[in-house]
Amino acid sequence: MAVRPGEVVALAGDNGAGKTTLIKAISGVFQPTGGEILLRGQPVTFATPQEAREKGIETIYQDLALADNLSIGANIFLGREPMRKAFGFLPVLDRKAMAEAAKATMGRLDFHVSRLEAPVSNFSGGQRQAVAIGRAVYWDAQILIMDEPTAALGVPEQRKVISLIHQLKAQGRGVIFISHNLQDIFAVSDRIVVLRRGIQAGERKISETNHDEVVKLMVGG
Amino acid sequence: MTSTSPAQPAEKHVAPQADHGDPARSLVARIAEGRAWLFLAGLLICFEVWSRLAFGATFVLNPFNLQSIAIFAVAPLLLATGQTFVIISGGIDLSLGFIMGLAAVIAAHATNMAGAAIPLPLAMLAGILASVIVAGVPGIINGLLISRLKVPPFIGTLGMFGVARGAAFLLAGGTTVPVQNSWFALLGNGKFYGVPYLVLITAVFVIVMHYLLSQTRFGQHNYAIGANVQAARRAGIDIRGHILRLYVLSAMCAGLGGALYAARFTAGAAQAGEPLLLDSVAAVVIGGASLFGGSGTIFGTVAGALVIAVIQYGLVFVNVEPFWQFIAVGVVIIISVLIDQAQRRFSGARQDE
Repeated sequence: MAVRPGEVVALAGDNGAGKTTLIKAISGVFQPTGGEILLRGQPVTFATPQEAREKGIETIYQDLALADNLSIGANIFLGREPMRKAFGFLPVLDRKAMAEAAKATMGRLDFHVSRLEAPVSNFSGGQRQAVAIGRAVYWDAQILIMDEPTAALGVPEQRKVISLIHQLKAQGRGVIFISHNLQDIFAVSDRIVVLRRGIQAGERKISETNHDEVVKLMVGG
Repeated sequence: MTSTSPAQPAEKHVAPQADHGDPARSLVARIAEGRAWLFLAGLLICFEVWSRLAFGATFVLNPFNLQSIAIFAVAPLLLATGQTFVIISGGIDLSLGFIMGLAAVIAAHATNMAGAAIPLPLAMLAGILASVIVAGVPGIINGLLISRLKVPPFIGTLGMFGVARGAAFLLAGGTTVPVQNSWFALLGNGKFYGVPYLVLITAVFVIVMHYLLSQTRFGQHNYAIGANVQAARRAGIDIRGHILRLYVLSAMCAGLGGALYAARFTAGAAQAGEPLLLDSVAAVVIGGASLFGGSGTIFGTVAGALVIAVIQYGLVFVNVEPFWQFIAVGVVIIISVLIDQAQRRFSGARQDE
């Protein structure tokens, strides 16, 4: 399976096909027992998700991993908060830098709310998804892996997330996204890889396939 | 358009804003956050009116009253400060009362022993230092139990509650340990331009803790862990290290509380902190923190501790049967939690673009 800059690859398959396992192996959660991962042509291994992150591979899981009581900026910088010296010597959190980064990043994603500093619990599911994407964009992830980004979102929100993925594509990033939603897949992907029972059942260019063929690959008919 | 999504678990307790960076919060939201101070003001007004009507004397403008209330608040506030950090992280520390007692006994013994070898003022410092450091030991044990052995905080600290209690009584020989050190007594009972030394020390300490909670990464991570420990883990935060440091911090706060108690009474008693454990939790809750974690501030806790101290002292002052204190504090806790829940529902309103 390959992902190129500016390419969106959908990863599909029935439940239990191994999609989540695959992305966890790519992002350093699991160590692959066979095969290899090549990043820009070089073989890489990731002992931890942090290492994958440092190499530019960012995963957004279904739960989004956001701290609800913190703002967008605080969530973007969680774990690596910028500090400044108050009164010249006292290390304090640089809230201004975090707020500005949040504003810039979310602006790039065309994300607008009346209170950018509000805790992210105030936002809807699609907005929170945007925050998680924004976090990955801020840290300049080159490959974004998204697990069911539109699951259980209403249709308008799904459309917003799809348009965000278009933007990521325009920014030259690679996107792998797991989805059951064929509509979304056909709306934004370049290629689709279908897994069945842990093996690749087929790979197609989106322009050269259709819903029926994908379903057939998924269930093996 | 509504959306309930796995991205926002429906039954999750939504904590109010933790990082206080939002300048656009509504006035109502701000008032709700500062409700402990409003409570405090209301209480002071009530007691003032009561005292004037009943005795023709002022309550609030009497410096002795203010000093006494401040001193009353010192020990529960010190415990509550450590408790604030722990509760924000989603845990709780039930051992603080007896860690304080253990520390008081250690402070007494250490000061006495040091007094035999070094000058009295230094002996006093040595005693205080010893008690804070030794208090860290049950803190380390709590931290390890909770972070490495995955014991729930309630249970782990409940266990230490018993261990610290036993250790304190054993070290005290089943009695109180008098301190023979005049400097120690001076620290505990002296004043600086009318402000008791104990209150000054506590004020400085509380300001430092406020800084730690609101301006450092440690504090920020604490809020994050309280809201979503998975998110914190994924962000690369060292959860185990953080939890360990957290419980050591709260234990050392209790340690300072024990040392200052020993100074105030010139004796170390193992049961020094026994009634203060629940007061420490109450102060945190009245101050606006959620018991589920993710929210709370040091200054809120200060207000909570003062509310409890004013109730306790005030009821004695107006000659009410002391047992009404328990009822009063209990009622204030319940009201605080109800307001907190209403505030949560109010501020949890979704924003649409």
